[in-house]
Amino acid sequence: MWSTLRDEAPRFFGYYNLLFIGEAFLHTLALSYLGALLGFVIGFALALFRHPRLFPILPLRLFAIAYVEVFRRIPFLVKLMCVFFAFQIAGWRGSMFTVALTTVVLSAAAFAAEIVRGGFDAVHRAQWDAAEAMNMGRADTLWRVVLPQSWPVILPPAFGYTIGFVKSTSIASQIGVLELTYVAKVLNTRGFSALICFGTILLLYFAICWPTKLLGERIERRLTTRVRPVAEPMMA
Amino acid sequence: MSYLAIDGLSAAYGRQPVLTDVTLGVEKGEVVSLIGPSGSGKSTLLRVLVGLLAPAAGSVAIGGEQVDYRDRRSLRAARDRFAIVFQQYNLFQNMTALRNVTIAPTIVKKRTQTEVEAEARALLVKVGLGEKFTSYPDELSGGQQQRVAIARALALRPDILLLDEITSALDPELVNEVLDTIRLLAQDGMTMIIVSHEMAFVREVASKVVFMDQGRIIETGPPARIFDAPETPRLKEFTAKILRHR
Repeated sequence: MWSTLRDEAPRFFGYYNLLFIGEAFLHTLALSYLGALLGFVIGFALALFRHPRLFPILPLRLFAIAYVEVFRRIPFLVKLMCVFFAFQIAGWRGSMFTVALTTVVLSAAAFAAEIVRGGFDAVHRAQWDAAEAMNMGRADTLWRVVLPQSWPVILPPAFGYTIGFVKSTSIASQIGVLELTYVAKVLNTRGFSALICFGTILLLYFAICWPTKLLGERIERRLTTRVRPVAEPMMA
Repeated sequence: MSYLAIDGLSAAYGRQPVLTDVTLGVEKGEVVSLIGPSGSGKSTLLRVLVGLLAPAAGSVAIGGEQVDYRDRRSLRAARDRFAIVFQQYNLFQNMTALRNVTIAPTIVKKRTQTEVEAEARALLVKVGLGEKFTSYPDELSGGQQQRVAIARALALRPDILLLDEITSALDPELVNEVLDTIRLLAQDGMTMIIVSHEMAFVREVASKVVFMDQGRIIETGPPARIFDAPETPRLKEFTAKILRHR
């Protein structure tokens, strides 16, 4: 096994292959990070729409509920195909990358909406009541009271799902998006062993997922660490 | 007309009526205590007053000004005059005691941070928490948390303070430290509506006691008459039960 790898390696890691793999790596990175980020923003908005105290507007709420319930229940590959054909029917000439990115965003939004909603629900109703009774506006209540208490509930699953989306992007190879799994398949058909092709992208996937986890932990610490102002003695 | 005039107030949770035709006057500096069995509408009345539950009928006027609970500006103005302390889960868990007291005056009332903070420190000292400025709610006992909550309510400089069963969730030995704080406020002439199950305290501090049952006011009077010479059968039954428990 090692001798095969040794023989293949110089050719496999040649300039053009590295360029090919590098581009795929960037695409996977962009698909997962950009997709998860945009998805989180949209999902956050959906969670706001769904919250009866923040947006007491029934049609918005029903839309948010319907969206989340439908998009969370469709497999990624099916969503990918739906977006692909929707683009075709609409006559949009988007690249396959755009199709894949749209799918990740639509999926991530549905999951993020549920995660954020869970975070809001974890904050006791009396906290909203207290803020409202003190005339604090909705934005102030959300930003200063509810969210700081929600982050510890929102962040761990949010980053868990982001890592999930890194892995889901491999499905985009099915429609020919140039990403890591696609590259492995192509190089494999060009005669390189499965070991070197998939072994390489395995390491690259790990190289994306592991720092993502660390980043999540870091942001979580940052947002949940208590700020304790220095106690000043009371002047008599 | 009373300083706070509640007239024919009714409210419902969905189709379930929780307040029916409540009429009550509170004078400035008066301490009114609402008593009655659980579910009698005492807390609901306070929630309606601060606009957390919309009234279905009736009117509320403070200092001669009618409150229109459907109108944002009128509601904001009413909330400026009331401050409420809840039974529990009341303090913002992500903020220190001091920040809990300063947040609304700085953000809502747009007062300067230095002025508000000095006042907040003084209030916390007044309720006996001069050492706890930088403590978070979960680092304080229940009694201390409620005293922070009272300081927070006072920082809003309310005309009327509403206290909703503020000792019900506390261990018995912590009840007194909170009641002492309320005694001080009563001496200072603060207008208060107190929902309480501490009957001895109600008797001592209240100038008027209102007995409620099933969302209605059954009987109103000075503490001595309400407790010693109840007129309605329902209040007689209630006081008899309390006396038996004592």
